[in-house]
Amino acid sequence: MKLIKNIGLILCIIGFAFFVGSIFVGNYTVTQQTFDEWINNKGIKSELFIEKANQEIVGKSFNAFQLSSKLITLAEKSAEAHQDNIELWQTEGNQDDKINAEWSKVIWTSWSSTHKDFTYPLLKASVNSPVKTNQWLAFFLTFGLAIIGGLLYIVPDFILMGPAGIKNNALFQHTATNRGIGGIITAAFFVVFYFLLYFFPDLIINPILTTNKISLSLSGNPASQWFMYGLIYCSVMTVFAVKMYVKYRNNLYQVIRTTVVLFFQVAFAFLIPELLVRFNQPWYDFKNAWPLNYTFFFDWNIDSLLDSGHLGMFMLVWGIVLTVIVIPVMVYFLGKRWYCSWVCGCGGLAETLGDPYRHLSNKTLKVWKFERYIIHLVLVFAVVMTGATLYSYFSGSETILGIKTYTIQSWYGFWIGSIFAGVIGTGFYPILGNRAWCRFGCPLAAYLGLVQRFKSRFRITTNGGQCISCGNCSTYCEMGIDVRAYAQKGLNIVRSSCVGCGVCAAVCPRGVLKLENAPEEGRILENPILIGKDDVSLNMKHEN
Amino acid sequence: MNIIALMEHVVIIGNGISGITTARHIRKNSNKKITVISGETEHFFSRTALMYIYMGHMKFEHTKPYEDWFWKKNRIDLIKGFVKNIDTQKNALEFNDGNIIKYDKLILAVGSKPNKFGWPGQDLKAVQGLYSYQDLESMEKYSSTTKRAVIVGGGLIGVEMAEMFLSRGIEVTFLVREDRFWGGVLPKKEGELISRHIKKHHVDLRFETELQEIIGDENGRAKSIITKSGEVIECQFVGLTAGVSPNIDFIKESNIETNRGILVNKFLETNVPNIYALGDCAEFHKHPTGRKNLEQVWYTGRMMGETLAQTICDNKTPYKPGMWFNSAKFFDIEYQTYGSVFSELKENEAEFYWEHKKGEICLHLVYDKSSNALLGINTFGIRMRHEVCERWINGKKDMNHIMEHLKDANFDPEFYKQYENQIVDQYNQENRTSLKSKKRDWKRIFAKN
Ligand SMILES: Cc1cc2nc3c(=O)[nH]c(=O)nc-3n(C[C@H](O)[C@H](O)[C@H](O)COP(=O)(O)OP(=O)(O)OC[C@H]3O[C@@H](n4cnc5c(N)ncnc54)[C@H](O)[C@@H]3O)c2cc1C
Ligand code: SF4
Ligand code: SF4
Repeated sequence: MKLIKNIGLILCIIGFAFFVGSIFVGNYTVTQQTFDEWINNKGIKSELFIEKANQEIVGKSFNAFQLSSKLITLAEKSAEAHQDNIELWQTEGNQDDKINAEWSKVIWTSWSSTHKDFTYPLLKASVNSPVKTNQWLAFFLTFGLAIIGGLLYIVPDFILMGPAGIKNNALFQHTATNRGIGGIITAAFFVVFYFLLYFFPDLIINPILTTNKISLSLSGNPASQWFMYGLIYCSVMTVFAVKMYVKYRNNLYQVIRTTVVLFFQVAFAFLIPELLVRFNQPWYDFKNAWPLNYTFFFDWNIDSLLDSGHLGMFMLVWGIVLTVIVIPVMVYFLGKRWYCSWVCGCGGLAETLGDPYRHLSNKTLKVWKFERYIIHLVLVFAVVMTGATLYSYFSGSETILGIKTYTIQSWYGFWIGSIFAGVIGTGFYPILGNRAWCRFGCPLAAYLGLVQRFKSRFRITTNGGQCISCGNCSTYCEMGIDVRAYAQKGLNIVRSSCVGCGVCAAVCPRGVLKLENAPEEGRILENPILIGKDDVSLNMKHEN
Repeated sequence: MNIIALMEHVVIIGNGISGITTARHIRKNSNKKITVISGETEHFFSRTALMYIYMGHMKFEHTKPYEDWFWKKNRIDLIKGFVKNIDTQKNALEFNDGNIIKYDKLILAVGSKPNKFGWPGQDLKAVQGLYSYQDLESMEKYSSTTKRAVIVGGGLIGVEMAEMFLSRGIEVTFLVREDRFWGGVLPKKEGELISRHIKKHHVDLRFETELQEIIGDENGRAKSIITKSGEVIECQFVGLTAGVSPNIDFIKESNIETNRGILVNKFLETNVPNIYALGDCAEFHKHPTGRKNLEQVWYTGRMMGETLAQTICDNKTPYKPGMWFNSAKFFDIEYQTYGSVFSELKENEAEFYWEHKKGEICLHLVYDKSSNALLGINTFGIRMRHEVCERWINGKKDMNHIMEHLKDANFDPEFYKQYENQIVDQYNQENRTSLKSKKRDWKRIFAKN
């Protein structure tokens, strides 16, 4: 058994090594034809840039980093030159037409937003590599080995870990799960991955190509970085779902929940949207609700849905109904868990890949205060951003109160959508725990939480006076809720942030906690009396 | 003169659940000056979670139910140090280091210590119980050089110790005096159920085996034990888990009356005015509700603390525990008990026992033969709702009522398989009844009585 595990680990590492290593193989040779097409498609007007690039790039061979930085340097130089001209003409005055023409020649290459759209298509079209020529093999050597290896590593635990029962043994002693070197390395790996994915996809053309065949067979389109990400996401969730099954097999709530959340990711966030594209429909994730899906009301999305006939119309209406009606009604009956730990993709990754990190969440009162500020601020930001977007959409004005709508959108996209949700939210699993995004940043979670806190049947019931204050529940609450603080007083747990993962109840060694949907009356007890004792009606004053 | 000096000074020895509960509730109800003393750790932690620290489920900081700022904010002064001597004439405590502190009211919540029954070799190195944080540290210290541990005494702490060692790949031999695990408390079938489960985890479980002697090596560390039947078992660690007794050696020299524990009346008062005792170390002259005079569990410590705080804050209140309850976990199987289920049936008692075919889940109900009223519940592998069980037992509900409403008491997580129908079927067969299990009903569950 141990041997199988070790073989699995080695295969998995080899798979990852191939995947990462593929970044460095092959070369990028820009032919005249690809270059011209690219200039055309991008609408590049700077003759300075075109001339220089023709000389220095076309027909030559580079690696990805060289080509990418070369393009950026040339673009920046040309942009500077054009801006110098503009400045000069501005001082001379009366040359507005010329100035405007010159503006359109400036190429924008900020790394955080415009860089990738500029370079990525050219690199993609120019790559020559063994990955490109052996795409199925490449898929097998990367994804295939990593998945098979991962499963071989996990499944023997079914026997090795002994009889069914949750064993969190050594989590706080192991370097990978206790913020040791192992954890830091993992986090660094995740963070680099997210930076490349979000901002420098031009550097990971080969890894993207490993998924090309799968993309072609699903949507008929070549793989983009987002397709690759989707496939990684689904694969990781599947492998770690198996880990969940092994670990929590005594607990049917966990088994079913894991299955459902995996299903929603694979079917709703991956297969269905890709197939929609195959049938010339918009890429659409039916479960991704605004404001988590912050681009839902962006003009390009609305236009694309409006352009797509009845189905598009249905998608538009469904998106609104989902947020306005379905979510609050479901939260009333089931708690926010129905979304956050049963349906949502971010939640799904947190509950699978993130499970070994759940105990790292911070439980202090201070952080709880911080959480309440920041998550509601993000919600406000999302609402304001969307408001501005809709205002622009309907009024046709590009600015609101003097600020460009596009600027607000790109701030949001960069800071919240990329840095917070991806780099910090997932990249920092091994440091901050698995729900940092869901707890501090997700505007949808904030909205669901408000409903859960004030109008819902959901609560975690505390079983009379059975709590021994051991702290397992608080430790394993991924949302950093100090569950014990409630349980030891005999209070039910009603907290806006609780995602109903059920792990507190699962790890409680005394059967104290139960997630329940029950009548609202008596949900929040103000003056609990720990039962077990007759007669003493304690005068419970508020305690800090 | 400042106000604090006028305030009555309540000094509590022991920062366990009993002492801390008392302190917190005194603070809720008064402005008295409160000082809590402990020689063990600076802050209150949950002793019940010691095993999880060892197994790496938690760190020490996670076992502290309150953050460190809590004490200052609530004006509860903490002193770390051992009290050597109590001077009841001068109302003063003397510490090991010679310091002296005065009190107006003294509360003794000094807990227990592991039993040692005078076995030869019981004071060797790597021979110890598991009670204090220092015990945990010492277990940790010896673990890396331990291949086999022998645990003596089949109770709750023993099984926790076994699980701890196994989590580190250390083999365990477990000596139990009775013919089954925890035989003094558990009825036969439950004892057997748990014994099977312990063996399933590869514990070398020996029944009717007692410790004769512990043999040391040249460094004074245990190297083997000899059982009463003469068998020698090699080991590098001996765990003594044959119960605990009140930790009152330093009190015996004072004029506070003691027996096995510090003797108290139902107000938790000792024989000396203004000195009280509670929790593990307190022994009733006569238990207020007729249970055992010495009850050393978490819950009773907490309930006594809540009660005593009332008395200290001038609302003199007798300790009146309600129905007995307790719970534990043996490896993967949870156990809960409500009311009284003794290891042997009493004369007036009858029982109903259901066990799942896989032998890891059971429900045991004990009731009064003549009235059919429920007296006690034991469950393994099924969680029960405390409030409902309490209502049944205090309300003397009869077995028909219990069977019909069994689903109300289920507290297992959602989607768990429920066994009430099976259970009621078996009950019907055994008792020639034709009861039907009613659907769970929130109104009944949340009814006020
Ligand atoms: C491993 C383990 C698991 C357990 N599991 C459970 C369980 O699951 N359920 C349950 O109900 N019970 C359980 N118990 C029992 C429960 O923990 C005790 O009943 C409870 O902790 C007693 O609390 P207490 O406040 O009375 O005493 P303690 O917690 O023992 O506190 C007494 C404190 O006083 C200090 N002290 C003593 N003398 C002096 C002195 N002279 N000077 C200064 N300080 C002093 C001690 O160092 C200690 O810190 C368990 C016990 C152990 C050891
Ligand atoms: S309180 Fe419990 S159910 Fe809620 S998020 Fe925390 S661990 Fe999950
Ligand atoms: S895990 Fe259970 S017993 Fe432990 S503190 Fe939480 S509710 Fe209490």
